[in-house]
Amino acid sequence: MNNLISMRDLSKAEILHIVDVAEQIESGKIKVNISDKVAALLFFEPSTRTLFSFDTAVKRLGGKTLIMTGTGNTSVKKGETFADTLQTISQYVDIIIQRSPIEGAARYASEVVNIPVINAGDGANQHPTQALLDLYSIKKTQGTLENLKIGVVGDLKFGRTVHSLCQAMSEFNPEFYFASPSHLRMPGYILDDLDEKQIKWHEEREMDSFINDVDIMYVTRIQKERFADIEDYNKVKGSYVMRREILSGVKSNLKVLHPLPRVDEIHTDVDDTEYAYYFPQAKNGVYTRQAIISILLGEV
Amino acid sequence: MKIMKVRQIENGTVIDHISAGKALYIAQLLHLVESSLFVIGSNLSSSKLGKKDLIKIENYILSEAEKHSIALISPTASFIQIQNYEVVSKEKSDIPDVIEYLIVCPNHNCITNTENMSSRFNIDTKTMTVRCAYCEKKYTVDDIKFKRLV
Repeated sequence: MNNLISMRDLSKAEILHIVDVAEQIESGKIKVNISDKVAALLFFEPSTRTLFSFDTAVKRLGGKTLIMTGTGNTSVKKGETFADTLQTISQYVDIIIQRSPIEGAARYASEVVNIPVINAGDGANQHPTQALLDLYSIKKTQGTLENLKIGVVGDLKFGRTVHSLCQAMSEFNPEFYFASPSHLRMPGYILDDLDEKQIKWHEEREMDSFINDVDIMYVTRIQKERFADIEDYNKVKGSYVMRREILSGVKSNLKVLHPLPRVDEIHTDVDDTEYAYYFPQAKNGVYTRQAIISILLGEV
Repeated sequence: MKIMKVRQIENGTVIDHISAGKALYIAQLLHLVESSLFVIGSNLSSSKLGKKDLIKIENYILSEAEKHSIALISPTASFIQIQNYEVVSKEKSDIPDVIEYLIVCPNHNCITNTENMSSRFNIDTKTMTVRCAYCEKKYTVDDIKFKRLV
C-alpha cells in the first residue's frame, strides 16, 4: 500500500491489517515514532474535525505538520497548477494528507508526487479514512466485522461516508437496511456494486422497521439545502431523527454511529444511553489515522 | 448477381458490422463531414447482426485511439483496410480494459475536467459500462462523450 485514495483499492487483508494496527496502537502494543517526519495537511475545503483528527494523529506519533487550508494564501490563486503546487510541497514533506472539493483530486495527487498521499475526502467521492475508522469502531464494539446487520439512515445520496462504508463492509458479508427521503436514496451505482458482490440490502421508508434487528445504526445528517422546497424538508425531517424511545426494543449489542457533525438527527437524549457511540467513534479516528500514517511511512 | 448497395473505395478504410443506427454517430466522432470523402450504409442486412451500418472512407487510416472509441460505441464493428480496391487487412474491434484520454468524464466536478490532464476510464465489457479512474463514477457508453480525435 503506497497511498490511501479509495476503499476500492483496498483488499480485505489490507483493511484487516489497518484495523489490527489501529488496535495495537490504541493498546500500546505498537509504538511508532515519526519525530523525523513532516506531514502536509492540504485542506482545499473547510473541515475542522478531519483536520484536527489527522493533526492529532501525526503529533501523537511524534511527527510534525504543515497545515494549509483553502486556496486563498497559496500559489493556486496566482495561477499555479494543482500539479505544480503538489510537486513543490512534496519536496518539503514526507506524506501528503489532502482534502479537496474536486472528485478524483487525491488520485491525481498520488500520480503527481512520489511520496504517500492520503485522501481526506474528495468532493462527494471518497473518504476512506472515515470508512476505516467506522470499521474499526464496528470491530471494537461488535468483536467482528463479519455477518453484521447494518442500518444506514439519512442522506444516502450525497453522503460519501455511507458510500465508502458500504464498499468497505462489502468484504464482510453484511446485510444493509437503508432509510432515506425518496430523493436522497442510495445511488444506483452503489447498489449495483452491492448486487455484484451478492450483498443483501433493503430499502425502507423509516428506521423503525429495522432498528430492532440491526447491530449497527449509522446515522447521517439530512441537509436542508438538499431540498428545493423547505416544506418538503419540514415534512420528512422528523422521520429521520433518532430519539431515545425508539431504542426501547433494540438488540443489546446495538451501537449508534455518526460521522459528525450532528445537527438534530440524533436527539441529545440518546447521548447517555449505552447505544451511543459517536464520540468514541471520533476518538477511534485518531488511532485509525495513526495506523494508516504509520503503514504508509513504512513504520509498521 | 450481388448488387453493390454501397460503392467500392479505391484506398481507405471500411468500418463494417457497425450496430444499426450507430454509423452517423461514428462519422460525427471522426469528423468525416468536415474533411473526408465517405459513404454510409444504414440498416443493411447482415447475416451476423440482422441489420448493420457500414462506413467507407476514402484515403483514411484509423488510429488505434479511433478504433478503441468505435469499439466502445459498437463492439461488433470490424475494420477493413483497402488498397487498390483490394482488402489488405481485416481486424475485429477490440475494447481495451483501460482507455486513456479519449473519454470526457460527464462529471463536471471531476479533476479531469478542471486540470490539464488525461482522463482514464476502466471498461467493463460485460455491462458496457465505464468507470472514471479519478472520480470513480460509472457511466453507460451512451452517457459518455469522446474527445475530438482529429
